[in-house]
Amino acid sequence: IATMSVFCEVPQAAPVAVFKLSQDFNNDQFPKKVNLGVGAYRTDECQPWVLPVVKKVEKIIVHDDRLNHEYLPILGLPEFRSSASKIALGDDSPAIQENRVGAVQCLGGTGALKMGAEFLRRFYNGNNNTKTPVYVSAPTWENHNAVFANAGFEDIRSYKYWDAEKRGLDFAGFLGDLESCPEHSIFVLHACAHNPTGTDPTHEQWKQIAETMMKRNLFVFFDSAYQGFASGSLDKDAWAVRYFVSMDFEMLCAQSFSKNFGLYNERVGNLTVVARDADNLKRILSQMEMIVRTTWSNPPSQGARIVAITLNSPELFTDWKDNVKTMADRVLLMRAQLKAKLQALGTPGTWDHITEQIGMFSFTGLNPKQVEYMVKERHVYLMTSGRINMCGLTTKNIDYVAESIHEAVTKVQ
Amino acid sequence: DFINRSQDELLTLFSVFHVIHITIHLTWCFCSSWWGGVQMGPPDPILGVSEAYKRDTNPKKMNLGVGAYRDDQGKPFVLSCVRKAEAVITAKQMDKEYLAIGGLGEFTKSCAQLALGNDNEVLKSGRNITVQTISGTGSLRIGANFLSRFHGPRDVYLPKPSWGNHTPIFRDAGMQLKAYRYYDPSTCGFDFKGALDDISKIPEQSVIMLHACAHNPTGVDPRPEQWKEISDIVKKRNLLVFFDMAYQGFASGDIDRDAWAVRYFIEQGHNILLSQSFAKNMGLYGERVGGFTVVCNDAEEAKRVESQLKILIRPIYSNPPMNGARIAATILNTPDLRSLWLEEVHGMANRIIKMREELVAGLKKEGSTHNWQHVTDQIGMFCFTGLKPEQVERLTKEFSVYMTKDGRISMAGVTSGNVGYLANGIHAVTK
Repeated sequence: IATMSVFCEVPQAAPVAVFKLSQDFNNDQFPKKVNLGVGAYRTDECQPWVLPVVKKVEKIIVHDDRLNHEYLPILGLPEFRSSASKIALGDDSPAIQENRVGAVQCLGGTGALKMGAEFLRRFYNGNNNTKTPVYVSAPTWENHNAVFANAGFEDIRSYKYWDAEKRGLDFAGFLGDLESCPEHSIFVLHACAHNPTGTDPTHEQWKQIAETMMKRNLFVFFDSAYQGFASGSLDKDAWAVRYFVSMDFEMLCAQSFSKNFGLYNERVGNLTVVARDADNLKRILSQMEMIVRTTWSNPPSQGARIVAITLNSPELFTDWKDNVKTMADRVLLMRAQLKAKLQALGTPGTWDHITEQIGMFSFTGLNPKQVEYMVKERHVYLMTSGRINMCGLTTKNIDYVAESIHEAVTKVQ
Repeated sequence: DFINRSQDELLTLFSVFHVIHITIHLTWCFCSSWWGGVQMGPPDPILGVSEAYKRDTNPKKMNLGVGAYRDDQGKPFVLSCVRKAEAVITAKQMDKEYLAIGGLGEFTKSCAQLALGNDNEVLKSGRNITVQTISGTGSLRIGANFLSRFHGPRDVYLPKPSWGNHTPIFRDAGMQLKAYRYYDPSTCGFDFKGALDDISKIPEQSVIMLHACAHNPTGVDPRPEQWKEISDIVKKRNLLVFFDMAYQGFASGDIDRDAWAVRYFIEQGHNILLSQSFAKNMGLYGERVGGFTVVCNDAEEAKRVESQLKILIRPIYSNPPMNGARIAATILNTPDLRSLWLEEVHGMANRIIKMREELVAGLKKEGSTHNWQHVTDQIGMFCFTGLKPEQVERLTKEFSVYMTKDGRISMAGVTSGNVGYLANGIHAVTK
């Protein structure tokens, strides 16, 4: 049956870098190997951590005979959608009280970005936005580009963000791009704990960004994947999102509960929609339904149930906030210790950025050659960009990692 | 003095009005929305049925729009094997790390085995790629996207009629929809001649969608001899076959029997695309469990196709949800859970078959002189009654029996407690 295949021309695609890194790490036999690649939380024993509150709630679910596996509504579990939006916008959000906030339950943060992108391409500025510029930060999460490109946007550009020399935010560059970009451009903003740099604008800088975006009629699309995980405080991490809402922007906010709930593989996300008024919201959500229907019909129930039950119970909500703080605190500790050790070793360069940056990731400043050295010679796995996942550090491996960085910086230029 | 003051007051009043006017104007501009031009989307026809049903206060009301299985008490049914699998999984205390883009390995392997049969040569030679998807819809969507990107011809041929969501899924992915004759309203059965005739004219290399079993919405399936002829003509026309199998096990009660057409086509040399759903046969609706398979020429081609499927999936949802796939894999791979599942699937299918028989018996008893044989000839969850829109309307208005305008009823909504009432109603509007 060796007939001509319709797929004989299909080329082999390159593997997704971050997953390939994990694969290589898994295959490595070196006893002291360290994985600072993929963005998932690890305990100090370098183990995945199912949040205690999640375990509790899963038990509740499995023992509740009233629960079944029926289809969720197309837009998702109502209790999940509303409580998730409240987490982002705040309980007392005027926008929520004005009935102009809605949401779509999605498959993780990726799914939320996807739904938002598909909606914008169809409806944002006229009904064909394939040519509308979409701006993502330089650098940004590696999947942002693909999400928008796949949704049909043909013009994806980057706005200045990371200043490699000073190892911080290129704010002047960022503002400059906001001032000079085409009107009505769409901007993907990281709500907090910028991935991959860990560098966030200050409140003052956010205010200027907002002012400029309002003046130039730019569209705000927040990506919020680390709320609570960055500083340990849900409210602190939501400051930028809430500020923009208070400035009356119509906007989208893609929320992920992968990290802050540790529900990575249950694909729990929420696309929060802040509209001008209830009527606009109604029409927007009706169109979102059509997009959802042809993509996944309706979202998976398990993860959303876990989050909804947690957020809607005062006791469990407190438990959750504690669990989140546990994770955030461990990351902050690792940051402090890594910086201290590098300074103690006398490693050339300044290492303040390690504690100034926030969230899961740190842009170390290591160049590709130094990264290669780390991986090949020291079996410390990190992204070519120099991005490390702080969660991969533990009290047991931090000395080895610090020494490895020291060697990489001193031996390789 | 008085007049001057009045003038001043008038001027002040005027200024105030002016300021208010400007403020309102500015506020309006400021408050105009990006989304002013967004139209209200059309209401979902099936959802509309359920909503109207909910509002009805008639105690004898029946919801025959729902595409989900109900037990003989009209309640959702969580399979025992599912509950058992969930207990096993909970006890294992597994982590929640991301799955691979293509999903849970134990699931995709057993998913393919279920469809193709454990001993299938395709599995042995590794020339299939099976990825975990967001149930049947997600599977079809990935398939549509894959075709759009890698298959030259744009045309996808659907049977007439087909599941309502097939069209928008393929259209959204950039494909063009055409149709081949399928349902014969004069017999409420399969228009075999019409199908063969239309298929024989389909341009080479076009995609043809086939419902593996329990055709949705008609419940009309080809017989094995008819499938054989369809396979021949499809081969002659060099068409790319895309099977949608959403009801394996649920149609006849026998998983191998329901997969017969899929396996036959592969045997005959068709390198098919296949979408599977575990929504109905495992009752895992809301967990979104499905699979998408491409049967390739060899393992090397399968690897290339796999790499491209991953590229397609990543920008949509990164990787699939664990819970349902874990349940399905546990059931399929644990011998006594698998046996229990087969029993329960058999039970669900049998209940449906029994309701079909009782409905026909009930209609006879009512004195109906029409030929209702199609009700028992058709298979699966749905039945195309043959009722006309006016009759459907009467059935809904006078008897509170809710169904879609095309005369389709979900047999799952029929119970031994209400089948008599349904027969009575159908007879009343058709006599």
